[in-house]
Amino acid sequence: MSEEAKEYAFFLGCITPNRYPGIEAATKRIFKEFGIETKEMVGASCCPAPGVFGSFDMHTWLPVAARNLCIAEEMGLEIYVTCNGCYGSLQEADHLLKDHPKLKEKTNEVLGKFGREFKGTTKVHHSIVILHDVIGLDKLKERITKPMNDVNVAVHYGCHFLKPREVRGHGSSETPYILEDLVKVTGAKEVDYKDKLMCCGAGGGNRTADTPQSLEWTRQKLVNAIEAGCDCMVHPCAFCHLQLDRGQAEMNKAFGTTFNFPILFATQFLGLAMGLSVKECGLDAQTTTMPEKLLK
Amino acid sequence: MGTLYEDMVDHGGEVFGKEHMETLMLCVQCGKCTGGCPSGRYTAFRTRKLFRMAQEDMREEIFNAPELWFCSTCFTCYERCPKGVKTTDLIRVIRNLAAKAGHMSVPHRMIGVYVLKTGHAVPIGEPQMKLREEVGLESQPPTTQKYKEQLEQVQEIFRTTHYDAMIDFDWNTMNLREAEGGEKK
Repeated sequence: MSEEAKEYAFFLGCITPNRYPGIEAATKRIFKEFGIETKEMVGASCCPAPGVFGSFDMHTWLPVAARNLCIAEEMGLEIYVTCNGCYGSLQEADHLLKDHPKLKEKTNEVLGKFGREFKGTTKVHHSIVILHDVIGLDKLKERITKPMNDVNVAVHYGCHFLKPREVRGHGSSETPYILEDLVKVTGAKEVDYKDKLMCCGAGGGNRTADTPQSLEWTRQKLVNAIEAGCDCMVHPCAFCHLQLDRGQAEMNKAFGTTFNFPILFATQFLGLAMGLSVKECGLDAQTTTMPEKLLK
Repeated sequence: MGTLYEDMVDHGGEVFGKEHMETLMLCVQCGKCTGGCPSGRYTAFRTRKLFRMAQEDMREEIFNAPELWFCSTCFTCYERCPKGVKTTDLIRVIRNLAAKAGHMSVPHRMIGVYVLKTGHAVPIGEPQMKLREEVGLESQPPTTQKYKEQLEQVQEIFRTTHYDAMIDFDWNTMNLREAEGGEKK
């Protein structure tokens, strides 16, 4: 399929559309700039969260995830996501159902109750992989109108984008490159920092189990990035965004800290570098504020 | 009910395959999991200890320890285990068995309530609809929260797998039966 004609089904999940719609708007807009059309998945639900529902009941998690996959199959499209939780959940479910015929049969018995069937005809992609591999760095570079030349960026991957390797297929989970490439294409400097690959703290029901404890992880992560001289953090996950952005307000309240460290989803950061406004990227409607350095 | 290991192989094996679950017995207590565990820095969660306890069938001790729920499922140990123990998947399956046995906190059960009511673990409200309009999007995304007939499919799944019973969900009030009751036992 030619790049110009490429269409994807956008699996929204929960946090992107319901808390940080700026991520949704910026991603759709950038994709459209490069000729990639986004179709809505009518009737999609929570992915459901792999570390949460996967921890409570695998046998409920799987058919709910499979039902979401069916919607894209019925559209005849492959999926893209803006959250590592959605990526983790849908890609893992797709992988398991394609690998285990008996499991597929059992899952389809549940889905058959309302006339749906998992066939195994879609694929699950992360939006940053589409940026990196389908649009490509050269084309992205041509559209950078506001280079981030003097900006130091802390890259945060989240967990389920890279791991487990055997399902994700993005190479080594200890030496990743996709997000670094996307940051560098804007002219920004990608700065290494202590425990760069550490989790944000939110996943697996940990945030729900004990929010202050989960924020200790987040605090350490942000301190490490700040101490390395970073100006902001760029990531590929709506759920991490919630923990890293709103988490700063929660920490400031709970621990008496004064964090205001800018957090941007990858397409919000690229959006600014491509000339979109703070408002168009929804960055005026979150906890952390954007410094002048990112807006020049 | 067999040993914890046997139950893990039964319950998790249906999803991941039995071989995946049988890797529990490959653990030789090297501790590489705990060494790289972000939770271990902040909580009493010790991955190596959990696997030894699981091998030793210490079901009640595992289920009654709050730290079972402090793993963020980051998969760091899964990637690094030199013996190929499918750590994170084993932890999720142990949690499944704990939840089935009634060890599930109210906040964790409430996540199921949100999904049963809206199809979303994080539903939308009026203020967020305004945020959507401000960035040029439809006020409500075209998901289960908007379409009742689509939500009913998700509810049907929860009924079929008895997830509703597991969290003590009351279909009349669309809430937990004993939301104030602390941990369900």
